[in-house]
Order: sequence, then structure tokens, then C-alpha cells
Amino acid sequence: MKAAAFDYVKPTSIAHVLSLLQEYGDDARLLAGGQTLMATLNMRLSEPQLVVDITAIESLRGIRVQGSMLRIGALVTHTEIENSELVARYAPLLQAAAPHIAHRAIRNRGTWGGSIAYADPAAEWPTCLLALGGTVIAHGPQGERRIEADEFFTGLYATALRPDELLTSCEIPVAQTNHWFGFSELARRHGDYAIVGVAATAQREGSALNGLRIVLLGVDSTPLRARLTEAMLQGKALDASLLTLAVASLREEIDPLPDLTNTPATKRHLAGVLLQRMFAAVSAS
Amino acid sequence: MADLQTIRVTVNGKLVQRSVQPRTHLVDFLREDLALKGSHLGCEHGVCGACTVELNGQIVRGCLTLAVQADGGRVQTIEGVSQSGVIRDLQEAFVRRNALQCGFCTSGMLMAAKELLEQMPNATRPEVRDWISGNYCRCTGYQSIVDAICEVLAQRKEATV
Repeated sequence: MKAAAFDYVKPTSIAHVLSLLQEYGDDARLLAGGQTLMATLNMRLSEPQLVVDITAIESLRGIRVQGSMLRIGALVTHTEIENSELVARYAPLLQAAAPHIAHRAIRNRGTWGGSIAYADPAAEWPTCLLALGGTVIAHGPQGERRIEADEFFTGLYATALRPDELLTSCEIPVAQTNHWFGFSELARRHGDYAIVGVAATAQREGSALNGLRIVLLGVDSTPLRARLTEAMLQGKALDASLLTLAVASLREEIDPLPDLTNTPATKRHLAGVLLQRMFAAVSAS
Repeated sequence: MADLQTIRVTVNGKLVQRSVQPRTHLVDFLREDLALKGSHLGCEHGVCGACTVELNGQIVRGCLTLAVQADGGRVQTIEGVSQSGVIRDLQEAFVRRNALQCGFCTSGMLMAAKELLEQMPNATRPEVRDWISGNYCRCTGYQSIVDAICEVLAQRKEATV
């Protein structure tokens, strides 16, 4: 189908974007990579009056290290993350997850900021941001605001961003020498939306994991931290019997939503399988 | 009706200037405004890959890119890369391997495979399968397409030794 008619504007400053958001409210849509928005426009699920193309705002680009933080600009594409040496070194979880996002032609245009702001509970970036304990940086009429990932994802496609705010970048604590991470997801076909996935980070000491964060995608209305299972594994030497308990804990802890082809029971089972595989690798190595 | 936007785009090496509606996506612009019918429209929501073209040196979904977003940029379509001969080996391998039947997906497949050959010259067969998983083919069952791409990967590697 063809999109309904809309007006188009391409501001070159954050201030201009914010004034347009104030003026048009819900009648405006922000366009970055467009890999979600364009599909909804073409299917007429969305019929905004104005599309605000933010891709001319240079300050939203780039990946860099600032002190102990890796900063990823809102307009950074999935491919840039996949190919970035800074990401490989300081947030290797993101490099491991990137190839799972759709397909190359989509990764070449789709953006980090778009994925975080859209907050699809089956998407990789929101899950990874939460697993990395990152921070979202937004600009609004009152200036800059920082939102912890733990507070950011509030519901299905819903975030703590206010309607008059623009997500400008995210900050991720750089990986230390004992940084451990895991990423795994199950999809029917490479690049499809995952049935269920897991991202996890920790500081590793021997066969024990400290500061563990386990986040699931595709099971709830937001990326979901498995806090009870994290607590169970926290700081303990990982062996086969503990892992068996952890898998049971995870299956007990989650209450998956079904999708078109998978029941809650299937997803509960598969989440346990992914956890088992991911942590078996830790205890074995 | 929304205001028309004037865009200047270098398409297959030639600078064109047109006025377009903001809602016009890149493939409609190529097909309808420039009469370049090689890029196909299948699903029109980013799933099938038939509309794959290059924008500023990278493959994109033409249906998920607005024509106005190509303003100031460079677009390569199957017409351009066919005429320049840069994928002649790939096209010949597709013919040799029967990697197409109806041909609807072929231009998108070739554009996607072109970037794979350039970006991952050492790609394995599973990596080839992953890469083209974004392009649907409803005729061939993919085996012959993967065969053709793998054959060209091997040929180009041999040629650079």
C-alpha cells in the first residue's frame, strides 16, 4: 500500500525538532532510519500530518568513549554498531546481538535511537541496553534529562520519554577486564523477530558471576529482567546443580505472553533452554 | 495535498532533479518518475527484499526509504550495476546455476549479493544463507541462489590470489 500524504521537514537543530514536537504534538512523527515508521506509513497504520526527518542533525551521530562511558548517538545505524571497534571493545554484547537484527539492508538504515524509543519488547537493543545497565539521554524543552534503562521501558511500545522529548543518545558503562556477557535468541528464520531471547552481563570471577543482569526479549510487554534468577546466581560458583535450579527458577519467574505461533508454555520452555546453554558455557570454561 | 519537494539524486551515475511528494518512497520514484523498472515492489513493508537498491554505497530497502531522503545522495539500481559490468560474474553464475525462475526477486537478490561479495569475501555458506535471508524467493528454494553466490565468492578469491 501507499502512505497517506504528509508534510515533510528536515530540521538541522535539536531546538527546531523540539519546537515542531510542541507545535504538532501527536500529529508529528520523527523519522530516523524509518525501518519501522515507513512500514507503518505504507500500511496506513500511522497517518501523521508531519514527518520530521532528524537525520540532518549531526550531534545525534557517532560512537565515542567519554570517560568510563560509551556514548552511542541516536542516529547510529545497526551496521555501524556491528562494525564498530569501540563497540567490540567496550560493549561486546552489542556486537554479538547486532547480526540478529533483521537483515543487512535494514541494518544499514535502522538506528539505535529508533529502536530504543520504539521499545519493541522483541527487539535486541532495548534488551541489551537494559542488560548493560545503560542510560537514555533525552532533550526536551527543559533541557537534558537522563533516564536509567531500568526506568525507561514502561509498557508495550511505551517508554519514559515524554511526547515533547527527543532521544539524543545513550550511555553504556564501558566493559571492564572481567566483563562477561552472553546473547542468544531463537527465531524461526535468521533475522525474523525472535520467539524468545536472552541478554546477560556480569563481572566474572572464576566460575562466579557478580552484578549479574539477565534480560529476556519476546516474553513480556517490555524487555524483562529476571531478578529472582539473577539473585539466585549472584556471586555463586556456577556448577551443574546450581544451573538446574536457575533454569527452574527462570521458568517459574516468567509469565510469557503468547505470539501468533508460540504458546506461553513453549516460550517458558525455550527461555530455560537458552539460559541453560548460555550458562553451561560459563561453568564449563 | 502536501507540498512537493525538489530533490537532486545521482542515479546510476547521472544527476537527476525531480519534484516529488514527501510520501513517495524510493522505489516508486525510480520506477514511476525515472522509468527504471528493474527494482521491484513486492510487499511494500520491508519484508521481501525485492526492492533492494544501493543508497550511498549501501543496500537499503527501497520501500522503507523516502525519495526525499535520497536528496543529495547516490543511488545504484540493477540497471546501473548491470551496465557497468561490476556483477557480470554474479549474473552469469545465476544463469549457469538456474538461480532464478520467475525472476521477480532476482534484482534484489543480486543487489544484496553484491554487497555480500564486497563486504565478506570470505563468507561461508551459512553466512551466505544468513545474508540473503532478507530476500524472499518463492521459486527456487534458495539452494541454487546460494550455490551461485558461493561459486562467485570462490572465483573472486581465486582471482585475487
